Amino acid sequence: MASQSRDAAIVGIYELPERKVDGLSPLQIKAECAAKALADAGLDWSDIDAIYDAQDGGGGLNVAEYFGLHPRVMDTTQVGGSSYEFHAAHARADIAAGRANVALLTYGSTQASSARRTGTEVRAGGGVPDPGANMEAPWGQTLISMYAMAAHRHMHEYGTTSEQLAEIATATRAHAMRNPQAVKAMEDLLFLNIRETTIEDVVTSRMIANPLHLLDCCMVSDGGGAVVIASPEVARGCAKPPVWIIGAGEAMAYQENGGDITTSAGAQSAPIAFGESGVRPDEIDIAMVYDSFTITVLILLEDLGFCAKGEGGAWVEGGRLRWDRAGGPALNTDGGGLSSNHPGMRGIFLLLEAARQLRGESTAQVDGAALAVAHGNGGQLAGRHSGATIVLARD
Amino acid sequence: MADATRPLPSLSDPDTGPFWQATKEHELRYQVCDDCDEVVFYPRRHCGPCLGSPVSWRTSKGEGEIYSYSVVQLSRHPFFGTKVPYAVALIDLDEGFRMLSNVVGVEDPVAELSVGQRVVVEWEDHDEVAIPLFRPA
Ligand SMILES: [Zn+2]
Repeated sequence: MASQSRDAAIVGIYELPERKVDGLSPLQIKAECAAKALADAGLDWSDIDAIYDAQDGGGGLNVAEYFGLHPRVMDTTQVGGSSYEFHAAHARADIAAGRANVALLTYGSTQASSARRTGTEVRAGGGVPDPGANMEAPWGQTLISMYAMAAHRHMHEYGTTSEQLAEIATATRAHAMRNPQAVKAMEDLLFLNIRETTIEDVVTSRMIANPLHLLDCCMVSDGGGAVVIASPEVARGCAKPPVWIIGAGEAMAYQENGGDITTSAGAQSAPIAFGESGVRPDEIDIAMVYDSFTITVLILLEDLGFCAKGEGGAWVEGGRLRWDRAGGPALNTDGGGLSSNHPGMRGIFLLLEAARQLRGESTAQVDGAALAVAHGNGGQLAGRHSGATIVLARD
Repeated sequence: MADATRPLPSLSDPDTGPFWQATKEHELRYQVCDDCDEVVFYPRRHCGPCLGSPVSWRTSKGEGEIYSYSVVQLSRHPFFGTKVPYAVALIDLDEGFRMLSNVVGVEDPVAELSVGQRVVVEWEDHDEVAIPLFRPA
């Protein structure tokens, strides 16, 4: 770890407690979360000199004006749910290069209140034709069925079972039951049977797009959050211990003739991030892995290097992903997108819970958690998607 | 409200329009790079790896296998919602390109379809375009 750089740290975090927001706009959520993350860090609006925004909820061009800031760095990278891991990577690079000292990442969404049916909407063209979409429009592809095709192929090639995928859902539900905000979320979103689930519960829940069942799928919620990332000089004066970004990798992947949909962009981004960090996947205590669906996590765990490609099914068996088991890592200890929140783009929550764990503030706190990985996946697995890996270390 | 219909593609998209125009004659077309012989799909103006080399159109025999699939059981779409359960699939054509489609012609897609299954194209005719679908060979 001699070469490991500690050029930037997460110093302020805030997650909106509500998952069903009455009367707030996404921009208002962003601003509220930003103010509270700054307070968490012991910093002020005037300290911010860099803004990272995924153009969601009326952000992008508008966001600096809405916040009343004049940043030196403005980055509007929008690559779906992993945008926030891209932003963290960019913020670290901008701070390391001396272009910025304090970076602000915000997210706000009212996806549940505005009744978007994200998973089961048919992905049809419309507006300006784009060639990829024009080759997908006629066949009733849904977002869930795209991930389901990755699952079927993984099952075909490696013998992965629905029961193995269910291990991921039961572990994250167990974590959610420890998190009062996640429990409240499930109540507000009218979940049935708000309790720890069994593998049987998952594999007998309603089939949505085979082989994925209802409990293999994330929820649709409102939500928001903010992350403040700062230089070492600023971090030393902040209110909370810094959580260092020690590695970052980015990648894009898409459907290719003869390509392998059981491998994600993470297979490219993770070795870059782990290589920079000087730590190995088996040293990681906390795995915050984008859980749009159970299959997403299985494939990403393999691509992150926790086990070999194809071995994920057997590797997750027996509850190793639970917060209180040895042999970890602990997976999505906030309850994840499956059972805590998924307002459309979940990437910021991966950074937030990783930081809480490395500060000792999680509701499913892993004793002595020192290293975490946050891996975001944006777009559609099995189709065009983005992946970014962030490796984090406590002070 | 009129009966909902299958969403149809744009015939004027600069890259993929010619693919769809050819479907009217029940031709399933793909492209091959003039320089490196790589199969190009979805259709586009250039071969990516060759940084802009021109491509030529070929016609597929319409035979291939299911690379992967899912049987959609819940859809809110006004047309596809009436079709559940229906199978979406990635088809690997024998000429080396992979396309999205539906697999039709089976009673129970959950029970009867599998990865690796051989399929052959069939056509659903519309006014200006025909949609390629596949059924077990
Ligand atoms: Zn070429």
